[in-house]
Amino acid sequence: MNSRKDETDPMNKEEIVEGKSSRRSFLKGLSIAAAASSAALVTGGCSLESLPKSREELGLKWETYFQENYRLMTQEEKDQTVERLTRQAKLEDNLDIHISSQPPREKVLYGYAFNISRCEGFMDCVEACVQENNLDRNAKTQYIRIFEMEPGKLDPSTGDGKYFHKVPVDDKFYMGVQCFHCENAPCIKACPVKATWREPDGIVVVDYNWCIGCRYCMAACPYYGRRFNWGEPSVPEEEITRQQHYLGNRKRMKGVMEKCTFCIQRTRQGKLPACVEACPTGSRVFGNLLDPDSEIRFVLKNKKVFRFKEELGTDPKFWYFID
Amino acid sequence: MNNSPGKGCTGFIADCSKWALTGSTSYKVYLLVLLAIIGTGAWAYSNQFRDGLIVTGMSDIVSWGLYISNFTFFVGVAAAAVMLILPAYIFKDADFHEVVIIGECVAVGALVMCLLFISVDMGGPLRLWHIIPGIGLFNWPSSILTWDVLVLNGYLALNVFVPLYILYCNYNNRKPVGWKYQPFIFLSIFWAVSIHMVTAFLYQGLPARPFWNNPLLGPRFLASAFAAGPAVIMMVIIIIKENTTFHIDPIIFKKLKRIIVISAIINLLMLFSEVFKEFYTFTHHSLSAQYLFFGLDGRDALVPWIWTAISLNIFGTLLFAFGPRTYKPKYLMVAAISLFTGIWIEKGFGLIVPGFIPSPLGEVIDYSASGIEILITLGILATGILIVTLLIKPALKILSRYKDFERQKLPSS
Ligand code: SF4
Ligand code: SF4
Repeated sequence: MNSRKDETDPMNKEEIVEGKSSRRSFLKGLSIAAAASSAALVTGGCSLESLPKSREELGLKWETYFQENYRLMTQEEKDQTVERLTRQAKLEDNLDIHISSQPPREKVLYGYAFNISRCEGFMDCVEACVQENNLDRNAKTQYIRIFEMEPGKLDPSTGDGKYFHKVPVDDKFYMGVQCFHCENAPCIKACPVKATWREPDGIVVVDYNWCIGCRYCMAACPYYGRRFNWGEPSVPEEEITRQQHYLGNRKRMKGVMEKCTFCIQRTRQGKLPACVEACPTGSRVFGNLLDPDSEIRFVLKNKKVFRFKEELGTDPKFWYFID
Repeated sequence: MNNSPGKGCTGFIADCSKWALTGSTSYKVYLLVLLAIIGTGAWAYSNQFRDGLIVTGMSDIVSWGLYISNFTFFVGVAAAAVMLILPAYIFKDADFHEVVIIGECVAVGALVMCLLFISVDMGGPLRLWHIIPGIGLFNWPSSILTWDVLVLNGYLALNVFVPLYILYCNYNNRKPVGWKYQPFIFLSIFWAVSIHMVTAFLYQGLPARPFWNNPLLGPRFLASAFAAGPAVIMMVIIIIKENTTFHIDPIIFKKLKRIIVISAIINLLMLFSEVFKEFYTFTHHSLSAQYLFFGLDGRDALVPWIWTAISLNIFGTLLFAFGPRTYKPKYLMVAAISLFTGIWIEKGFGLIVPGFIPSPLGEVIDYSASGIEILITLGILATGILIVTLLIKPALKILSRYKDFERQKLPSS
């Protein structure tokens, strides 16, 4: 319970925010100067095309460049930020999207459980995840991996993560891995700029606009839970999921880290993650660990559960279980 | 002209630039070649900047490659300047005092290379201001990377300040005042060890990577650096001795050789101890080492590299240990180059890449650097060499001028 620090908890906020006001005024000064110079550039320059539009676009670009870490923003600033990003999507890509800045729900801590005796390796979850989270189609990024395993082995590293044949195969079982949303996450500790953190509802997120792309978190993650945008990611326009969240499936840039967010844009609205919904065998269980009547609590109480690499002390919020 | 009195600050800068940039035709050709390599590197980087890190050979599995390998190695070279600073300033060894400035210039060059390697490795170089304390958000003390940023920049500042002060005094025909710079020298000795240990902790502190998560990593780092660093310095001193009139006492080579041999032997011992542990008690944590030394699942890109490295390592150590007692520039050069190259491969490639293989999910893939990656790396190396050259040349000039000045003073007093 006490690990869930409330957003409004003054102590917690202070700890993150130290030195905030000076930085903020500094940033404000910078962005005003930048906006002024960009305006001067446009008006003084040789731009003949639609002047006001490009000027607005440039101004927004500058503001986005100088925006601060999402976690340090007040809710009001978060709202302004997503509004700006929505507008930028319209101006730059002519896309009508909706980006949410919805805060965590009260008294919620998400947990996930995966039934290894039921999964048959169809990978519908992988496909649903790619669609829902606007994953880069160029690099074929996937948050979820399914490993085909020999009986008696419980470590995915002994399995085959690249099988390409008809499933299920007799005498094999299947194990899905993704980011485990560790409570004691090595990736968070590693990040030099606090671009990745654990939200009060237990979701480990990345601020794509703050990440500098050093990939130290990737080296620190013992579960291969993170994906990097080596090139400019792309999604065909008609396949873009338009309901987005700042911390979730919105557009990523090249050179930033991303990862599974338990479909934050869905789960914060009370829906299930796309992978859970897509699974034809019902192997995936997701819910609120703080709700004693939730299915996830039932699984944890009544099934034989285990976690991957428990000895590392990462305390993942992702369990495997056997019927 | 040599004995014209100093002219304060502007004169110092003007003269230093003049001394740095003028020289024989071959010196100018040398500078131009370096500039050409740097230019090619800059062009390659502009491609990487435009298209992203996709132009490198790295992937989600091997997510650090040539850049971070070189960064790691050159941290070691930078730290090694302390092997000259320590005897020169603390034990008042007069021979080392003559060449300590060379060590410091090499350290500056190496540090600039380190910072460049880190910068080109970033996915979002334009967002690097996020890591500036006060303006950005500095995850200190939790992230070891922030410690590294602090110690590297601090060490750079120390290595710029101390020699600059001493040279400036000498330029103006003054003796540097001890209390004004000696505290910083003590600090820089402690600091040199810290840049090394912190960089080792960067890797050592990751339980996700058993190959790095090994308490011997830090000390072994130090030992290899104290062999490779003086080897670089020896190469530089040989070049200076062979190409300039700057006086270098052959005794220096003997002393440097001693340092190199001791460090190289300790390094080999620790390497042996590690190899023993990995292969005598084979656990699945030894897979990375197996990949490195023998290959795994039919993938063996690093195997020829590591065996070349070990051979060069042993060869260089033997040459240093059993060499002739007199100064033989060619012989020493060969020894220094083989030891340096051996440790370069072993501490760079051989340390970073296998840490990622197999992946936490057991996948084995090979990494090989792309052409762009290699060009950028060469560009940064050339930048480092250029910096060292442009620093050492005026520094030596000032030192010999000051020596002449002192010598003239002596008989009259
Ligand atoms: S699984 Fe990896 S990426 Fe996910 S929270 Fe844990 S350490 Fe971080
Ligand atoms: S890649 Fe991004 S999220 Fe990961 S450690 Fe670096 S800055 Fe933090």
